Amino acid sequence: MAILVNENTRILVQGITGAFGAKHAQLSLDYGTKLVAGVTPGKGGQTFEHHGHKVPIFDTVEEAARQTGATVSCIFVPPAFAGDAILEGVGAGLDLAVCITEGIPVMDMMRVRAAMTGSHTRLIGPNCPGLVTPGTGKDSHGGCRIGISPGYIHKRGNIGVVSRSGTLTYEAVWQLTSRGLGQSTCVGIGGDPINGTTHLDIIKMFNEDPQTEGIIMIGEIGGTNEEQAAEWVKQNCQKPMAGFIAGATAPPGRRMGHAGAIVSGGKGTAAAKQAAMEDAGIEIAATPSDMADALIRAMKR
Amino acid sequence: MNIHEYQAKELFQKYNVPTPGGSVAGTPEEALAAAQALAGKTIVVKAQIHAGGRGKGVFKNGFKGGVHLADSAEKAADLAKSMLGEVLVTHQTGEAGRLVNKVLIAEGVDIKKEYYLAVLVDRETKAPVIIASTEGGVDIEHVAEHHPEKIIHVGVHPLAGLQPYQIRTLASQLGFKGDQAKQFGVLLSNVYKLFLGADCSQVEINPLVETPEGRILALDAKFNFDDNALYRHPDIVAMRDTTEEDPREVAASEFNLNYIGLDGNIACLVNGAGLAMATMDIIQHFGGTPANFLDVGGGASKDQVIAAFKIILGDANVKGILVNIFGGIMDCDIIAQGIVAAAREVGLSLPLVVRLEGNNVAAGLATLNASGLKITSATTMAEGARKIVAEVKAAA
Repeated sequence: MAILVNENTRILVQGITGAFGAKHAQLSLDYGTKLVAGVTPGKGGQTFEHHGHKVPIFDTVEEAARQTGATVSCIFVPPAFAGDAILEGVGAGLDLAVCITEGIPVMDMMRVRAAMTGSHTRLIGPNCPGLVTPGTGKDSHGGCRIGISPGYIHKRGNIGVVSRSGTLTYEAVWQLTSRGLGQSTCVGIGGDPINGTTHLDIIKMFNEDPQTEGIIMIGEIGGTNEEQAAEWVKQNCQKPMAGFIAGATAPPGRRMGHAGAIVSGGKGTAAAKQAAMEDAGIEIAATPSDMADALIRAMKR
Repeated sequence: MNIHEYQAKELFQKYNVPTPGGSVAGTPEEALAAAQALAGKTIVVKAQIHAGGRGKGVFKNGFKGGVHLADSAEKAADLAKSMLGEVLVTHQTGEAGRLVNKVLIAEGVDIKKEYYLAVLVDRETKAPVIIASTEGGVDIEHVAEHHPEKIIHVGVHPLAGLQPYQIRTLASQLGFKGDQAKQFGVLLSNVYKLFLGADCSQVEINPLVETPEGRILALDAKFNFDDNALYRHPDIVAMRDTTEEDPREVAASEFNLNYIGLDGNIACLVNGAGLAMATMDIIQHFGGTPANFLDVGGGASKDQVIAAFKIILGDANVKGILVNIFGGIMDCDIIAQGIVAAAREVGLSLPLVVRLEGNNVAAGLATLNASGLKITSATTMAEGARKIVAEVKAAA
């Protein structure tokens, strides 16, 4: 099962001929992911070759999806063009668009989100590491890796991970794998103030997913996304959960690397988020080293 | 990025947002000319620094107050002479104070009533929102807490834009009638154009005032710009005044390092923003105090690590360094070689704890251990944080 994607999901990469997109397309192919198409306007008809894989490149997402059956896009397009790239995926009727790009202007994202209203496509990101549903092979080979996460740190299993931060996701996943706990799906929702998918959206999916038996949510200062998730979890979530919030020591009014990580007007503090999560029965990791152990505590309760 | 009051006034003038007249001066002669242009009006001379509390501040030359009324153009020039090139200390600047390079010569206006008006990006609705109140000139968060009924929220659809009916409704709710309602409409419509045109994340006018003659004016404003959009606004980037910023942060920005200076004594160098925040948190958890936020990005090249070490070591408060790298895709051994080379190049003598995890980590730890440098390694964040806190305490 897992959520959103599985080992049979066919993906295309927008921006496959750029250095960053190409490197991560290669890593996804190495991981055994069904990466079936690339899109770079003006380079249609060329082929992306890697270790015997021959991935056709198309000028448009519509054509790539129609010819290869891809239903999910991974976007590595520079910030100024990323809004257009997302809407191209939406226009082609994809199930999922995963936008890795960091640095998209907020005004562009507001317009993109408004233009997506009523569409069939779900957006994950932007400014995110993407998502991984681990496979059953060695070092979780054979799974679906979309984005920039290191594939080998994963292990197929029953824990769902959702996070606003890339490296903190890897930290949590590695802690789980080191303790023998595998993952159903690990989703990075991104560090921007306006994104496509929230903690709550993903937690609801994990709650419905028969494979997922426990959930780690990783948040950070800024916005009220974590509080909203906690409010729902308190009433509805059937599965044990652990959580960590980064940024307790961040000074108010300063943007901490991620565009969305800012405490403004007294809103979005780590303390408020932790309190909401504790109130919802989510086991709080006291430190980022404690994330997997906190989940183990929650599962033993 | 922050801008000066005079720059905010220039942005208002560019977008036809009514604001009291005035212009900026860098010399007493310019101040004289600027004041003469306001002939017949009350003149205010205001020192231009980013920090607040200017009116009650004191210059290091003994001159009191960074904001003064002048009853003549000559008096305005005299006041400018007392401020320009001098250091102003306010409750927000700290003892070092800030050098005043420019003064604003502005028209002083009488106030009949003060209002609050802001346009900002609302994360929850993913759309712009206008916030207005009849309670202006005071802290809006205080109003929101004690009189939430006096705060008006109007959401704007990102694709449809601000509608005329929304402007009329706001004017009516604020109690503007006739000509004042018309003036407010023009002002709000132009503020909204400015918000979009300059890719602001927030424009806050506090206070918006009505004068006894019935003029509606934006008296004081605060701008926040979307850093992600600065690439398409060279005119806004040109307003940046690096003399107003933390010199450590200015140096870091030259190397594309994401650095924020703090007051503690344990520096940290981390890949990834979330992990960098979490590293500060865990230092504090184990009894230390973080000296900075520093995200070197996904790669952490040798040159970046050298630049980062130099910036960290430029902070005299720093007594130890914690490097925390989760090398997911990058080879940990290459990262370790970069750290060793950087520590050698800067002649590092402070305690250094390196927590490495990920791809080829065993080789990376071996490189650290074989370097002959005094580097303590750690495999978990908790172990790394405990070790650096202990080493800094032992050295104190």
